[in-house]
Amino acid sequence: MHADPEAIKKSIRSYMIVGAMLLVFTGLTVAANGFHLAVPAAIALALIIATMKGTMVAAVFMHLSHEKKWIYGALLLTVVFFVVLLFLPLLTMSDGIGKPIGHPPAAAHGEAH
Amino acid sequence: MEIPYTVEPRPDSGLANGKLGIWLFLASEVMLFGALFSTYILLRVGATEWPHGELSIKLGAINTVILICSSVTMVMSWASLKLNNFSKGRLYLLVTIVLATVFLVNKYFEYADHFARGEGPWHSTFLAIYFTLTGLHGLHIIGGIVVMLYLLGPGARLWKTNQEQYVNRIEYTGLYWHFVDLVWIFLFPVLYLL
Repeated sequence: MHADPEAIKKSIRSYMIVGAMLLVFTGLTVAANGFHLAVPAAIALALIIATMKGTMVAAVFMHLSHEKKWIYGALLLTVVFFVVLLFLPLLTMSDGIGKPIGHPPAAAHGEAH
Repeated sequence: MEIPYTVEPRPDSGLANGKLGIWLFLASEVMLFGALFSTYILLRVGATEWPHGELSIKLGAINTVILICSSVTMVMSWASLKLNNFSKGRLYLLVTIVLATVFLVNKYFEYADHFARGEGPWHSTFLAIYFTLTGLHGLHIIGGIVVMLYLLGPGARLWKTNQEQYVNRIEYTGLYWHFVDLVWIFLFPVLYLL
Protein backbone atom coordinates (compact mmCIF):
# COMPACT_ATOMS: atom_id res chain seq x y z
CA MET A 1 0.00 0.00 0.00
CA HIS A 2 1.31 3.44 -0.95
CA ALA A 3 1.84 5.85 1.90
CA ASP A 4 3.59 8.90 0.45
CA PRO A 5 1.66 11.48 -1.63
CA GLU A 6 3.98 11.23 -4.65
CA ALA A 7 3.40 7.48 -4.98
CA ILE A 8 -0.36 8.00 -4.71
CA LYS A 9 -0.30 10.70 -7.41
CA LYS A 10 1.52 8.26 -9.67
CA SER A 11 -0.97 5.47 -8.92
CA ILE A 12 -3.92 7.74 -9.86
CA ARG A 13 -2.64 7.64 -13.43
CA SER A 14 -2.56 3.84 -13.36
CA TYR A 15 -6.14 3.76 -11.99
CA MET A 16 -7.30 5.82 -14.97
CA ILE A 17 -5.41 3.65 -17.47
CA VAL A 18 -6.78 0.44 -15.96
CA GLY A 19 -10.31 1.93 -15.90
CA ALA A 20 -10.02 2.76 -19.60
CA MET A 21 -8.62 -0.70 -20.40
CA LEU A 22 -11.50 -2.35 -18.56
CA LEU A 23 -13.97 -0.40 -20.70
CA VAL A 24 -12.11 -1.38 -23.88
CA PHE A 25 -12.09 -5.04 -22.83
CA THR A 26 -15.84 -4.86 -22.13
CA GLY A 27 -16.32 -3.56 -25.69
CA LEU A 28 -14.15 -6.43 -26.97
CA THR A 29 -16.25 -8.99 -25.08
CA VAL A 30 -19.46 -7.66 -26.64
CA ALA A 31 -17.84 -7.40 -30.10
CA ALA A 32 -16.51 -10.97 -29.89
CA ASN A 33 -20.04 -12.13 -29.13
CA GLY A 34 -21.08 -10.75 -32.52
CA PHE A 35 -18.70 -13.13 -34.35
CA HIS A 36 -20.98 -16.08 -33.43
CA LEU A 37 -18.07 -18.40 -32.66
CA ALA A 38 -18.60 -22.07 -31.84
CA VAL A 39 -19.73 -22.50 -28.21
CA PRO A 40 -16.40 -23.89 -26.80
CA ALA A 41 -14.38 -21.10 -28.50
CA ALA A 42 -16.87 -18.44 -27.38
CA ILE A 43 -16.74 -19.68 -23.77
CA ALA A 44 -12.93 -19.79 -23.81
CA LEU A 45 -12.61 -16.29 -25.31
CA ALA A 46 -15.17 -14.70 -22.98
CA LEU A 47 -13.60 -16.27 -19.90
CA ILE A 48 -10.06 -15.30 -20.97
CA ILE A 49 -11.14 -11.65 -21.36
CA ALA A 50 -13.07 -11.76 -18.05
CA THR A 51 -10.02 -13.25 -16.28
CA MET A 52 -7.78 -10.49 -17.69
CA LYS A 53 -10.26 -7.85 -16.49
CA GLY A 54 -10.55 -9.49 -13.08
CA THR A 55 -6.78 -9.63 -12.73
CA MET A 56 -6.52 -5.90 -13.50
CA VAL A 57 -9.18 -5.04 -10.89
CA ALA A 58 -7.53 -7.24 -8.25
CA ALA A 59 -3.95 -6.18 -8.98
CA VAL A 60 -4.45 -2.42 -9.36
CA PHE A 61 -7.72 -1.34 -7.73
CA MET A 62 -7.44 -3.83 -4.84
CA HIS A 63 -3.67 -3.22 -4.61
CA LEU A 64 -2.90 -6.93 -4.73
CA SER A 65 0.22 -6.28 -6.80
CA HIS A 66 1.95 -5.06 -3.64
CA GLU A 67 0.29 -6.54 -0.57
CA LYS A 68 1.52 -8.18 2.61
CA LYS A 69 2.24 -11.93 2.63
CA TRP A 70 -0.59 -12.63 5.08
CA ILE A 71 -3.10 -11.48 2.46
CA TYR A 72 -1.44 -13.62 -0.23
CA GLY A 73 -1.52 -16.59 2.18
CA ALA A 74 -5.24 -16.14 2.88
CA LEU A 75 -5.95 -15.81 -0.85
CA LEU A 76 -3.86 -18.87 -1.72
CA LEU A 77 -5.95 -20.93 0.71
CA THR A 78 -9.10 -19.45 -0.86
CA VAL A 79 -7.94 -20.43 -4.35
CA VAL A 80 -7.27 -24.02 -3.19
CA PHE A 81 -10.71 -24.35 -1.61
CA PHE A 82 -12.35 -22.58 -4.58
CA VAL A 83 -10.88 -25.11 -7.02
CA VAL A 84 -12.02 -27.98 -4.76
CA LEU A 85 -15.49 -26.38 -4.64
CA LEU A 86 -15.68 -26.10 -8.43
CA PHE A 87 -14.86 -29.78 -8.87
CA LEU A 88 -17.01 -30.99 -5.98
CA PRO A 89 -20.02 -31.69 -8.23
CA LEU A 90 -17.89 -34.25 -10.12
CA LEU A 91 -18.19 -36.49 -7.06
CA THR A 92 -21.89 -36.88 -7.85
CA MET A 93 -20.89 -38.60 -11.10
CA SER A 94 -18.42 -40.98 -9.54
CA ASP A 95 -20.21 -41.97 -6.33
CA GLY A 96 -21.77 -45.40 -5.97
CA ILE A 97 -24.93 -44.42 -4.16
CA GLY A 98 -27.89 -46.35 -5.60
CA LYS A 99 -25.69 -48.68 -7.65
CA PRO A 100 -25.41 -52.38 -6.68
CA ILE A 101 -21.90 -53.12 -5.43
CA GLY A 102 -20.37 -56.59 -5.19
CA HIS A 103 -23.60 -58.49 -5.88
CA PRO A 104 -23.15 -61.91 -7.51
CA PRO A 105 -24.49 -62.28 -11.08
CA ALA A 106 -28.26 -62.94 -11.23
CA ALA A 107 -27.87 -66.52 -12.58
CA ALA A 108 -25.44 -67.58 -9.86
CA HIS A 109 -27.69 -65.91 -7.30
CA GLY A 110 -30.68 -68.00 -8.54
CA GLU A 111 -28.76 -71.32 -8.44
CA ALA A 112 -27.81 -70.81 -4.84
CA HIS A 113 -31.48 -70.94 -3.87
CA MET B 1 -11.36 0.05 26.16
CA GLU B 2 -9.76 1.12 22.91
CA ILE B 3 -9.70 -1.39 20.06
CA PRO B 4 -6.06 -1.98 19.11
CA TYR B 5 -4.55 -1.95 15.61
CA THR B 6 -7.32 0.00 13.87
CA VAL B 7 -4.73 2.25 12.27
CA GLU B 8 -1.25 1.03 13.13
CA PRO B 9 -0.25 -2.39 11.72
CA ARG B 10 0.04 -5.41 13.97
CA PRO B 11 3.68 -6.40 14.56
CA ASP B 12 3.08 -10.03 13.52
CA SER B 13 1.06 -9.59 10.30
CA GLY B 14 2.12 -6.08 9.35
CA LEU B 15 -1.57 -5.31 8.76
CA ALA B 16 -4.26 -3.36 10.59
CA ASN B 17 -6.98 -5.68 11.90
CA GLY B 18 -9.62 -4.24 9.56
CA LYS B 19 -7.52 -4.98 6.48
CA LEU B 20 -7.03 -8.65 7.33
CA GLY B 21 -10.68 -8.83 8.41
CA ILE B 22 -12.05 -7.53 5.11
CA TRP B 23 -9.82 -9.89 3.11
CA LEU B 24 -11.00 -12.89 5.16
CA PHE B 25 -14.59 -11.74 4.58
CA LEU B 26 -13.89 -11.49 0.84
CA ALA B 27 -12.43 -15.02 0.95
CA SER B 28 -15.75 -16.26 2.36
CA GLU B 29 -17.55 -14.33 -0.39
CA VAL B 30 -15.43 -16.09 -3.02
CA MET B 31 -16.69 -19.40 -1.63
CA LEU B 32 -20.30 -18.18 -1.63
CA PHE B 33 -20.25 -17.07 -5.26
CA GLY B 34 -18.00 -20.01 -6.13
CA ALA B 35 -20.69 -22.43 -4.94
CA LEU B 36 -23.24 -20.72 -7.20
CA PHE B 37 -20.87 -20.63 -10.20
CA SER B 38 -20.26 -24.34 -9.60
CA THR B 39 -24.03 -24.88 -9.57
CA TYR B 40 -24.32 -22.96 -12.85
CA ILE B 41 -21.67 -25.18 -14.49
CA LEU B 42 -23.38 -28.34 -13.24
CA LEU B 43 -26.80 -27.19 -14.49
CA ARG B 44 -25.43 -26.09 -17.83
CA VAL B 45 -23.40 -29.24 -18.47
CA GLY B 46 -26.39 -31.40 -17.54
CA ALA B 47 -28.90 -29.45 -19.65
CA THR B 48 -29.95 -30.87 -23.03
CA GLU B 49 -30.43 -27.31 -24.33
CA TRP B 50 -29.49 -23.89 -22.99
CA PRO B 51 -31.27 -20.67 -24.00
CA HIS B 52 -29.45 -17.90 -25.88
CA GLY B 53 -30.47 -14.29 -26.32
CA GLU B 54 -32.99 -14.23 -23.46
CA LEU B 55 -31.24 -11.30 -21.78
CA SER B 56 -30.58 -7.80 -23.06
CA ILE B 57 -26.85 -7.61 -23.90
CA LYS B 58 -27.20 -3.83 -24.20
CA LEU B 59 -28.46 -3.45 -20.62
CA GLY B 60 -25.88 -5.92 -19.32
CA ALA B 61 -23.04 -4.08 -21.08
CA ILE B 62 -24.28 -0.70 -19.80
CA ASN B 63 -24.33 -2.09 -16.26
CA THR B 64 -20.79 -3.43 -16.72
CA VAL B 65 -19.60 0.03 -17.79
CA ILE B 66 -21.41 1.59 -14.80
CA LEU B 67 -19.76 -0.77 -12.31
CA ILE B 68 -16.30 -0.29 -13.84
CA CYS B 69 -16.73 3.50 -13.61
CA SER B 70 -17.89 3.13 -9.99
CA SER B 71 -14.76 1.12 -9.19
CA VAL B 72 -12.63 3.95 -10.61
CA THR B 73 -14.50 6.60 -8.58
CA MET B 74 -14.21 4.44 -5.43
CA VAL B 75 -10.45 4.09 -5.72
CA MET B 76 -10.23 7.82 -6.57
CA SER B 77 -12.15 8.60 -3.38
CA TRP B 78 -9.56 6.70 -1.34
CA ALA B 79 -6.65 8.33 -3.23
CA SER B 80 -8.12 11.84 -2.73
CA LEU B 81 -8.52 11.24 1.02
CA LYS B 82 -4.96 9.91 1.19
CA LEU B 83 -3.89 13.20 -0.39
CA ASN B 84 -5.80 15.06 2.37
CA ASN B 85 -8.52 16.28 0.01
CA PHE B 86 -11.67 15.56 2.01
CA SER B 87 -14.20 17.34 -0.23
CA LYS B 88 -12.92 15.60 -3.38
CA GLY B 89 -12.90 12.25 -1.57
CA ARG B 90 -16.54 12.72 -0.53
CA LEU B 91 -17.50 13.81 -4.04
CA TYR B 92 -16.02 10.65 -5.56
CA LEU B 93 -17.82 8.60 -2.91
CA LEU B 94 -21.10 10.31 -3.79
CA VAL B 95 -20.56 9.60 -7.50
CA THR B 96 -19.91 5.93 -6.62
CA ILE B 97 -23.23 5.78 -4.74
CA VAL B 98 -25.06 7.41 -7.68
CA LEU B 99 -23.52 4.93 -10.15
CA ALA B 100 -24.44 2.00 -7.88
CA THR B 101 -28.02 3.29 -7.71
CA VAL B 102 -28.18 3.62 -11.51
CA PHE B 103 -26.99 0.01 -11.74
CA LEU B 104 -29.87 -1.08 -9.50
CA VAL B 105 -32.40 0.98 -11.49
CA ASN B 106 -31.22 -0.74 -14.70
CA LYS B 107 -31.52 -4.09 -12.98
CA TYR B 108 -35.04 -3.19 -11.85
CA PHE B 109 -36.09 -2.50 -15.46
CA GLU B 110 -34.52 -5.77 -16.54
CA TYR B 111 -36.31 -7.76 -13.82
CA ALA B 112 -39.62 -5.92 -14.44
CA ASP B 113 -39.45 -6.81 -18.14
CA HIS B 114 -39.00 -10.50 -17.31
CA PHE B 115 -41.81 -10.57 -14.76
CA ALA B 116 -44.15 -8.70 -17.16
CA ARG B 117 -43.66 -11.60 -19.58
CA GLY B 118 -44.30 -14.11 -16.79
CA GLU B 119 -40.65 -15.15 -16.83
CA GLY B 120 -39.80 -15.51 -13.16
CA PRO B 121 -37.24 -17.87 -11.63
CA TRP B 122 -39.82 -20.69 -11.92
CA HIS B 123 -39.90 -20.36 -15.74
CA SER B 124 -36.71 -22.26 -16.56
CA THR B 125 -33.46 -23.57 -15.08
CA PHE B 126 -31.57 -20.75 -16.80
CA LEU B 127 -33.79 -18.04 -15.30
CA ALA B 128 -33.63 -19.73 -11.88
CA ILE B 129 -29.82 -19.51 -11.79
CA TYR B 130 -29.92 -16.05 -13.45
CA PHE B 131 -32.19 -14.61 -10.75
CA THR B 132 -30.23 -16.35 -7.97
CA LEU B 133 -26.83 -15.05 -9.14
CA THR B 134 -27.91 -11.53 -10.10
CA GLY B 135 -30.23 -11.26 -7.08
CA LEU B 136 -27.42 -12.13 -4.67
CA HIS B 137 -25.12 -9.72 -6.52
CA GLY B 138 -27.81 -7.03 -6.30
CA LEU B 139 -28.04 -7.55 -2.53
CA HIS B 140 -24.29 -6.98 -2.35
CA ILE B 141 -24.73 -3.72 -4.29
CA ILE B 142 -27.40 -2.61 -1.80
CA GLY B 143 -25.09 -3.54 1.11
CA GLY B 144 -22.30 -1.48 -0.46
CA ILE B 145 -24.60 1.52 -0.92
CA VAL B 146 -25.67 1.36 2.76
CA VAL B 147 -22.04 1.33 3.96
CA MET B 148 -21.04 4.14 1.57
CA LEU B 149 -24.03 6.26 2.65
CA TYR B 150 -22.93 5.83 6.26
CA LEU B 151 -19.37 6.85 5.42
CA LEU B 152 -20.66 9.83 3.45
CA GLY B 153 -23.03 10.93 6.24
CA PRO B 154 -22.61 10.24 9.96
CA GLY B 155 -19.46 8.14 9.50
CA ALA B 156 -17.64 11.11 7.97
CA ARG B 157 -17.36 12.72 11.43
CA LEU B 158 -14.43 10.36 12.03
CA TRP B 159 -12.37 12.46 9.58
CA LYS B 160 -12.19 15.20 12.24
CA THR B 161 -11.14 12.93 15.10
CA ASN B 162 -9.15 10.15 13.43
CA GLN B 163 -8.34 10.92 9.81
CA GLU B 164 -6.28 7.81 9.17
CA GLN B 165 -8.95 5.45 10.50
CA TYR B 166 -11.54 7.09 8.23
CA VAL B 167 -9.26 6.62 5.21
CA ASN B 168 -8.78 2.98 6.22
CA ARG B 169 -12.57 2.48 6.36
CA ILE B 170 -12.90 3.93 2.86
CA GLU B 171 -10.15 1.57 1.70
CA TYR B 172 -11.90 -1.50 3.18
CA THR B 173 -15.22 -0.44 1.66
CA GLY B 174 -13.37 0.01 -1.64
CA LEU B 175 -11.95 -3.53 -1.45
CA TYR B 176 -15.49 -4.85 -0.97
CA TRP B 177 -16.78 -2.70 -3.82
CA HIS B 178 -14.06 -3.85 -6.24
CA PHE B 179 -14.93 -7.44 -5.34
CA VAL B 180 -18.58 -6.78 -6.22
CA ASP B 181 -17.37 -5.32 -9.55
CA LEU B 182 -15.12 -8.36 -10.09
CA VAL B 183 -18.05 -10.75 -9.59
CA TRP B 184 -20.08 -8.83 -12.19
CA ILE B 185 -17.17 -8.97 -14.64
CA PHE B 186 -17.65 -12.76 -14.66
CA LEU B 187 -21.44 -12.73 -14.40
CA PHE B 188 -21.86 -10.59 -17.52
CA PRO B 189 -20.30 -12.95 -20.09
CA VAL B 190 -21.49 -16.11 -18.32
CA LEU B 191 -25.16 -15.08 -18.19
CA TYR B 192 -25.61 -12.59 -21.02
CA LEU B 193 -23.26 -13.76 -23.75
CA LEU B 194 -22.62 -17.50 -23.49
